[in-house]
Amino acid sequence: MADFSAEMDVAIIGAGVVGCAMARRFALEGARVCVLEAAPDILSGASKANSAILHTGFDAPPGSLELSCMQDAYDEYMEIREAMNLPVLETGAMVAAWTEDEEARLPDLLAQAQGNGVTDTRIISRDEALAREPALAGHVRGALLVPREHVIDPWSAPLAYATQAKALGAEFRFNAPLTGARRDGDTWQLETGAGSLMAKTVVNCAGLYGDKVEEILTGTPSFEIRPRKGQFVVFDKAASQHLRTILLPVPNERTKGVVLTRTAFGNLLVGPTAEEQEARDRPDVTTPELEMLISKAVELVPALQDMPVTAVYAGLRPASERKEYRVHADADLGYYCAGGIRSTGLTAALGIARHVFALWSESHSLAWSKPNDSMAPSMPNLAEHLPRDYQIPGHDGIVCHCEMVTAREIRAAFDSQLPPGDFGGLRRRTRCAMGRCQGFNCLGRIASLAEGKLRTPILPEDAS
Amino acid sequence: MNTTCDVAIVGGGPAGLGAALELSKLGLRRVVVLERFGEAGGIPRHCGHPPFGMREFKRVLSGPAYARRLVQAAEDAGVEIRTDTTVTAIRPGGVLELATTAGAQTLTARRVLIATGNRERTRAQLLAPGVRPVGVMNTGALQSMVYLEGKRPFSRPVIVGTEIVALSALLTCRRHGIKPVAMVETRDRPQTRRIDMMLARLMGVPVLAGAEILAIEGRPRVEALRLRHKGEERRLDCDGIVFSGRFTPEATVARQSDLALDAGTLGPEIDADGRSSDPQVFVAGNVLHPVETAGHCWAEGRRAAQTIFRDLRKTPKLGAGARIVPGAGLRYVVPQRLGAGSAATLNIRTDGAVRGRVVLSDASGRELAARSVRSYPEQPVRLSVPALDSAALAGDLTLRLDRKD
Ligand SMILES: Cc1cc2nc3c(=O)[nH]c(=O)nc-3n(C[C@H](O)[C@H](O)[C@H](O)COP(=O)(O)OP(=O)(O)OC[C@H]3O[C@@H](n4cnc5c(N)ncnc54)[C@H](O)[C@@H]3O)c2cc1C
Ligand SMILES: Cc1cc2nc3c(=O)[nH]c(=O)nc-3n(C[C@H](O)[C@H](O)[C@H](O)COP(=O)(O)OP(=O)(O)OC[C@H]3O[C@@H](n4cnc5c(N)ncnc54)[C@H](O)[C@@H]3O)c2cc1C
Repeated sequence: MADFSAEMDVAIIGAGVVGCAMARRFALEGARVCVLEAAPDILSGASKANSAILHTGFDAPPGSLELSCMQDAYDEYMEIREAMNLPVLETGAMVAAWTEDEEARLPDLLAQAQGNGVTDTRIISRDEALAREPALAGHVRGALLVPREHVIDPWSAPLAYATQAKALGAEFRFNAPLTGARRDGDTWQLETGAGSLMAKTVVNCAGLYGDKVEEILTGTPSFEIRPRKGQFVVFDKAASQHLRTILLPVPNERTKGVVLTRTAFGNLLVGPTAEEQEARDRPDVTTPELEMLISKAVELVPALQDMPVTAVYAGLRPASERKEYRVHADADLGYYCAGGIRSTGLTAALGIARHVFALWSESHSLAWSKPNDSMAPSMPNLAEHLPRDYQIPGHDGIVCHCEMVTAREIRAAFDSQLPPGDFGGLRRRTRCAMGRCQGFNCLGRIASLAEGKLRTPILPEDAS
Repeated sequence: MNTTCDVAIVGGGPAGLGAALELSKLGLRRVVVLERFGEAGGIPRHCGHPPFGMREFKRVLSGPAYARRLVQAAEDAGVEIRTDTTVTAIRPGGVLELATTAGAQTLTARRVLIATGNRERTRAQLLAPGVRPVGVMNTGALQSMVYLEGKRPFSRPVIVGTEIVALSALLTCRRHGIKPVAMVETRDRPQTRRIDMMLARLMGVPVLAGAEILAIEGRPRVEALRLRHKGEERRLDCDGIVFSGRFTPEATVARQSDLALDAGTLGPEIDADGRSSDPQVFVAGNVLHPVETAGHCWAEGRRAAQTIFRDLRKTPKLGAGARIVPGAGLRYVVPQRLGAGSAATLNIRTDGAVRGRVVLSDASGRELAARSVRSYPEQPVRLSVPALDSAALAGDLTLRLDRKD
């Protein structure tokens, strides 16, 4: 077993979007960082499946840490995204009211949004809603318009954070679950499924296993993860012509309701459901819920009747027994926790990372020297509204025709700083086999291109 | 490279290549086939088993050999085949937008033939429940892995579906030392003739019809398929799952070009000449009717070529005609529109196995054509319709099924 002899300043447990942003932040501050990830690749937990919305925080609990993290992160994302070539699909959002009851709640939502500093929100009439979105069902009564609620690429963004951290010297260890820990004076001795590690500080970003990791580190977890599943249906790209604006439901006491939104990749998405469950590793899709989502989508946008489905998936939110983020620190122990990042982590991650670094700074006088160069990577663009690789000559052929992924893009993913660890990781980095045919045409070719290059291979060991 | 041509053919499968060869034989010089893959030939390229080619070459060939012969014949006749060329849309006026290794290009054609074929529905499109491990795929992916790449994706799969292509999956497995654990059919009976299912029996593969899929299990690879069969819950341990059949047209180009689509086939809507809602654009092959054999698609391509050849001498325009409305028990009918003048053959698919009569009648209730049917579930039903007079075409035509079972 590998022994990582050098002592790290910071060990980050988990490479979800929060862990990736955390690694970037601490690396930018000059720390020697090591990320321990149980899975073969980054983004293997909650972060692999979400709605991909960059939230303004208009409906977040006033005065909450969640709100401030989201808003800090929103600003930071907008600042760094150009240099990193990360897309924003400027959709805006509409919280649409479909009943008298819902309509009556719009003014309260507006007041909350204004109170949260999202001052460009306003209520629009039925006519204005329909003028903006002609395909909406006629029984819409009005909406709260949130102009800066947008859509991003949910995988390239965290991959960019991790790639930047790596370029700044951070190490990533995959298939390396934290299994044991001991505090020796001011140093942690960490045991993983793939060797041991010493670090001064540990940051728990373990998502769905945040409580378990806290238990390993402190003996008694201060919170309990209660997974909440969200299922989605992705419609064919032809569907996206029917809706530009993110369509949000008026939240009520019982459910948050389903969202209809474009994706950065040119599809239209409906979901998520909200289903409590015990299992932390079972994002099952279930037929009745998928059918419910489709009929909900058709109810809101009738033109979606008979629209072909491209994909279905489910994600698990790392919710806890309380609504708020479970962020806390024990400076003496060298332990920091970013847990229970339930349903806004894609947006908030950069802000959470800043907040945790600020907590760390409170009790440490800085001994690290910041790097001169921020080493921001420029990410390959996968968004449909921007130029794609297949449009640039010399790509030596398209491999995945539904998503127009070239052989050059697939090779570039394998040659990158953080190459994919499994098929899912390859799909998230390139979009291959993510389209209509789900590999009917391209799986064979992809399996060949990927042979010998993935920690978890596509083909079984005895494949040839 | 030419930026104009007489006929541009989108898709180099049996239908497209059959049409291209025929157009050349009729004396047309500038025929271009556009194929998105590095090689033309279509689906047969990865069907490494016979029988192909009986109708076309009067002999039994394997799919790849058949595909090579189709390509060779077209090239010998002077057809230009551009591979690695994806048609992304067809604009009015016969303007094709292409994605090539040299970047975006356009090609303007006097007529266009769409022959983009079909594919099998994915587990996502079937809303199949469970987790999403590696090792779940369609027959097409299985075949491209073993025949084109020489790789074996699993050794003990479950095959879901019992349409004829499921037998193609069985044959593929047998040739490559893969031992299917079971064939699972969610409908109440196998979808082919009983004699076809002998193959499963010969291979010792149990067939579970009327099963309900409960969950796909496993991580990172497939470990099992859980299902309910005859009231009992069962767990089939396996290392792969093949979703076979449930064909759907590869109609992306048609959709992106705003051609009218048919709700029954999900492919482009055509008249008896094979003309789509764009007067310059014709359609042939399995993009019209999931699913027919390669030989049928090839013959259909040839017929389309003859129509296009005649049409080149005229100003392209949509023919007047009546729509055929299929009734209960009928999944689709192709063509969807009929015009005056010439006889036609309707290609009909029923929902499941039926016994009875199909009847075509006009708006006044007059019977125009009828035949008895006794079909197994996915069997093509053909109905010959004589040349119709304008009275018959005054309103919608109805196609109904009178069941006798
Ligand atoms: C249905 C749904 C919709 C959502 N929509 C949005 C949205 O539109 N916008 C938005 O901003 N947010 C959204 N979210 C929320 C967002 O996806 C989550 O908040 C975020 O992904 C949480 O990230 P994380 O890094 O905390 O957890 P995770 O992504 O789960 O990362 C934790 C990582 O830790 C690893 N790990 C676990 N245990 C160990 C161990 N012992 N040792 C080492 N590694 C370990 C795991 O393998 C995993 O990779 C949505 C979430 C869901 C489920
Ligand atoms: C897995 C499988 C097994 C089968 N086995 C058999 C069998 O054993 N015997 C049999 O008779 N039939 C079989 N079939 C049926 C098969 O569909 C037909 O044999 C036949 O291939 C249909 O011919 P086609 O020309 O309509 O379409 P295809 O053969 O599918 O050819 C369509 C071509 O168009 C190309 N294309 C699509 N879109 C574009 C675009 N936008 N731009 C450029 N090119 C494009 C495709 O790459 C493809 O080469 C099988 C089908 C499947 C899916």
